Amino acid sequence: MINQVTLLRVAIILSLLAIWEFLSHSGWLYRDVVPSLLSIGHALLGLLSSPSYYFNLGVTAAEVATALAIGGASGIAFGVVLGANRFLARAYEPYLYYLGPTPKIIFFPILIMWFGVGPESKIALGTLSCFFPVALSVAAGMRAIDKVLIRVGISFRANPWQMAMKIYLPAMRHPIINGIRLGLGVALIGTLLAETKLSNKGIGFLIIQAYSIFDMPRMYAMLIVLFVLAIGANGLVGRLGGLHGIKQQ
Amino acid sequence: MTASARSQRSAARDYAPAVTGFGMLVAFLLLMELLVQTGLVNRFIVPPPSEIIASFGRVIVEEHVFSRFVLTLTECLTAGVMLTIFGVAGGVIMHRFQLLQQACETWVAAMASAPIVLMYPLFLVIFGRNSWTIIMMGFISALPPVILKTIEGISGTRRVLVNVGRSFNLTGQQQFWKILFPAALPNIFVGIRLGLIFALINIVGVEFLINYGGLGQLINDLAERYDLPGTYAAICFVILVSVLFFMTLEKIERWLRPID
Repeated sequence: MINQVTLLRVAIILSLLAIWEFLSHSGWLYRDVVPSLLSIGHALLGLLSSPSYYFNLGVTAAEVATALAIGGASGIAFGVVLGANRFLARAYEPYLYYLGPTPKIIFFPILIMWFGVGPESKIALGTLSCFFPVALSVAAGMRAIDKVLIRVGISFRANPWQMAMKIYLPAMRHPIINGIRLGLGVALIGTLLAETKLSNKGIGFLIIQAYSIFDMPRMYAMLIVLFVLAIGANGLVGRLGGLHGIKQQ
Repeated sequence: MTASARSQRSAARDYAPAVTGFGMLVAFLLLMELLVQTGLVNRFIVPPPSEIIASFGRVIVEEHVFSRFVLTLTECLTAGVMLTIFGVAGGVIMHRFQLLQQACETWVAAMASAPIVLMYPLFLVIFGRNSWTIIMMGFISALPPVILKTIEGISGTRRVLVNVGRSFNLTGQQQFWKILFPAALPNIFVGIRLGLIFALINIVGVEFLINYGGLGQLINDLAERYDLPGTYAAICFVILVSVLFFMTLEKIERWLRPID
């Protein structure tokens, strides 16, 4: 007995693919903007079987992982400090809150000047993008910790490091995971956009390269793999944190 | 302690954090000025803050910052109007047909975390190198939060209100327009605010990337001309605009839902 929901999903996917194929053969859009599904499939196979693709994928993955590690760690540290101390929070959190929604890609020319055109500037942009949501989420999480737990820590005369490791961080598992999920999303976008703008390695570079020679099937294939990986990574982080359902703040 | 002394103490306590924060910023700028002027930091990589501030006037007048700002704002508002219409309509339709909601809601949530903005080369080819590419990119990247918040708002209507409607024998349409939709409005506005923020981020980003448009293009232009003080000044300006935009949206939202 097939689930009705599954049936509807399959029907939607099939009709979208049919519309795509129709558009591709109709000639309404400029040639190759909507390549046929067969050519995209071919390009996908070619992509997944070429070692240079995996090399570039590795470069991008390493950049994103480093950006998430640096941005996430500093975000958590900042968030814990801001959440614990009300004075510091009132002094500095407005800056984080209002700078959060600014587009970080505009800092890229400066980061290229500071870090060069290699992976360092991409990691820097990813770190910058990822820092804000993590810090804000952790600061808010700190304030939501049950006061009883904090008093238990104080009654045991825990020093600040012990308070952080044994009380704050375990109590904030959900906000941290949520913040890291948001951070992963924006770090990925920031790193990839930086690669499309200026680089010679990585997935963003490959996408722009395919676009510049108008190899649209290959570009679509790369976008499909990228989207699958991004959504998968997001879901994975959420599952690891025990959160079901991908609801954002 | 007299009442005036007490009120003086509390006033000082109120302003102390803001002064500290601002003071740190000023101290940082002075430190950078010192480092660059003494040559410890290369002035061709980080221009001295005094030069950056001095170039503000030049950037504003020569680079037509105001007309660029109007262009970016127009793109953002167009995307915002499209977002409101299609996002809210999409949310309403998905709520109306439960099966559709169960099938598609996780897809919409997944789209929210997908790097849609990377498809900008595709949009360039479809819409051409003009404002429509930028508007469509902003619109599509910002659609998921609006749809999700609309669904959340409508399904979160209190049972009591729904039952009142049913006790008056309202038709489906009346039930929707008189009960469900007004009850969902606070959540819908939160969704529109989130959507507008996403839209602004993506619009400025795409302007920067495709070197066309308003403020985003200004930064790209100045950077490519190696006008470093101007680039820093333009970045400060874009940050200022985005902060003001965000604050305005917050004020509007707070004005529209005074109860919370």
